[in-house]
Amino acid sequence: MKAYVIRRLLLLIPTWVLLTILVFLSVRFIPGDVIDAMVGRMQYMAGDIDREALEKMLGLDQPVHVQYGRWVGGMLFEGTMGDSLLGGWSVEEKIFGRLALTIELGLLAIFIALIIAVPVGIFSALRQDTAMDYAGRSFAILGLATPDFWLATMIMIYPAIWWAWSPPMELIPFTEDPVGHLSTFVLPCLILGTHFSASIMRLTRTMMLEVLRQDYIRTAWSKGLRERVIIVRHAIKNALIPVVTLIGLHFPLLVGGSVIIENIFALPGLGRLLLDALSDRDYPVVSGVNLLFATVVMGGNLLVDLIYPYLDPRVRYE
Amino acid sequence: MDDHPAETAVAEKRSSLFVELLKRLLREKPLGTFGGIIILTFMLVSLLAPTLAPFPYTEIHLIDRLQGSSSTYLLGTDQLGRDFMSRLIYGARHSALVSFSATTLSLLVSLLLGGVAGFVGGKFDLGVQRFVDAWMSFPGLLLLLTVMSIVGQGVLQIIVVLGISYGIGNSRIVRSAVIGIKGNDYFLAAKALGTPLNQILFRHVLPNIMPPLIIIFSINIGSVIMSEAALSFLGFGLPPEVPSWGGMLSREGRQYMEMAPRLALWPGLCLVSVVYGVNMFGDAMRDLLDPRMRGGEGSYGTAVVKRKRGFLSRLLNPFA
Repeated sequence: MKAYVIRRLLLLIPTWVLLTILVFLSVRFIPGDVIDAMVGRMQYMAGDIDREALEKMLGLDQPVHVQYGRWVGGMLFEGTMGDSLLGGWSVEEKIFGRLALTIELGLLAIFIALIIAVPVGIFSALRQDTAMDYAGRSFAILGLATPDFWLATMIMIYPAIWWAWSPPMELIPFTEDPVGHLSTFVLPCLILGTHFSASIMRLTRTMMLEVLRQDYIRTAWSKGLRERVIIVRHAIKNALIPVVTLIGLHFPLLVGGSVIIENIFALPGLGRLLLDALSDRDYPVVSGVNLLFATVVMGGNLLVDLIYPYLDPRVRYE
Repeated sequence: MDDHPAETAVAEKRSSLFVELLKRLLREKPLGTFGGIIILTFMLVSLLAPTLAPFPYTEIHLIDRLQGSSSTYLLGTDQLGRDFMSRLIYGARHSALVSFSATTLSLLVSLLLGGVAGFVGGKFDLGVQRFVDAWMSFPGLLLLLTVMSIVGQGVLQIIVVLGISYGIGNSRIVRSAVIGIKGNDYFLAAKALGTPLNQILFRHVLPNIMPPLIIIFSINIGSVIMSEAALSFLGFGLPPEVPSWGGMLSREGRQYMEMAPRLALWPGLCLVSVVYGVNMFGDAMRDLLDPRMRGGEGSYGTAVVKRKRGFLSRLLNPFA
């Protein structure tokens, strides 16, 4: 196990380095564009601008590998991600300022997804091929096919037309009014969570069906244990192990979903920051947010792999 | 009677893979068949769009702006007086064009990357896998958004970006399939007999990774449709003049949502039904082609192997 953990961590280093190159190059492939956009913008505001001076000021006159080295070096040794090209503010400070909201959105969405999906999935499996099972499965199948941006748009439109009610669009800080804060947050999290609950539900149901056919469940029945004991103590525990992996694998989707949801509900989180930076071509900000998200996804996958042997003692890493 | 009995047998067997699959789909998978019908309709509508659409999708009738349903405009008009149904039909055409081309491209990319990495193995494979790791930990939508913001909006751009991006992700599945084949006796026998490389690849490797390829294809179409819609919704996908369901939903739909909510309703309904159909069809294909997914019997003492298999099938279909 220890050797496995060390090997896994060592493999992470080249992956992370490749990731930084990918993140860096993906935005800096056409460096001319940034300057063009900025010169255009500044000419509009302040008259003629010296292109070369601007490039020099931003450090964009250096060859790409020098720029990359500065960027990574800054992160590793000084803990900075550079400054915004347009606003001049420090990227990492802005990111940390917005981090809490996105984390809260993601965690609440996972929480909602789990409290919807797990009971329904278990029930669906226990009452296989009944009306309730079909209802649950249809919900899951439709949930998978329904884009969250459409669901969110529908929730903005129809209640407003039918009952003149529209979701609150102003975010109340948690410290000022916890209840009000959560009430502004419930809807976005619910939409994001419902989307995930579909896949979690299907996996829970499949795993539960598989577990219920195992020999040890038959043994438990023949011992005369009550149904509740069999399900709670013997079946659910084993059926839910793969669900943990699924949550880990869903991290990237969660990130994408939060970008869309933050955009629709005008929530000032990281996704919104990224979209704004992309339309402004503010590349240091784009790289910073992308790298952070990607690192979180990497960490999440690692975490799932590492806790797996504790959840399922049958799994041994050699 | 027959000069080449062996060859005929091979030909018969080959055609029967698909015929047999179709028969089993119709017999065993009613929902999959229903999904297949939705896909066929979707493809027909996209192919026949110029005939089916009552108006050209760019034709502006300013007098008839934002009208409701009428006998002239079956689903009404948008803010420029363009026939909404014609735009929806062309939306299907663009959605189909993007999803089928991007998925085909992604198959080629994954065959090339995953196939070669799996076949060659060793250090080369290790290097490629770190790259794929890095690529896959970059959340999909973020990567697509970033690249699209660089290459700009456009039909060709989005096909290439989606194709390459999905292809790199899928290369994992192709790689494991190829590695699995390399351990088989028939592969070792072919190698021992000195069979030329191209013959090994086309006779032994390719036919045997067909099932995972078909599964990837049928499952990815739905994700690609969704990705395109999400990108267009956020304004980074197809350009505004090209009708796409995601773009229509976010531009016309959200801007005029009080006056004409149907402008947001219909593109979404189209998306949901097509993705639903594709998912059902893909699920059925996976059930028919992947023998591992059928099981329900316990398998003790093989937990480590089982976990690996579970991971592969989860990669194949994260929604199982």
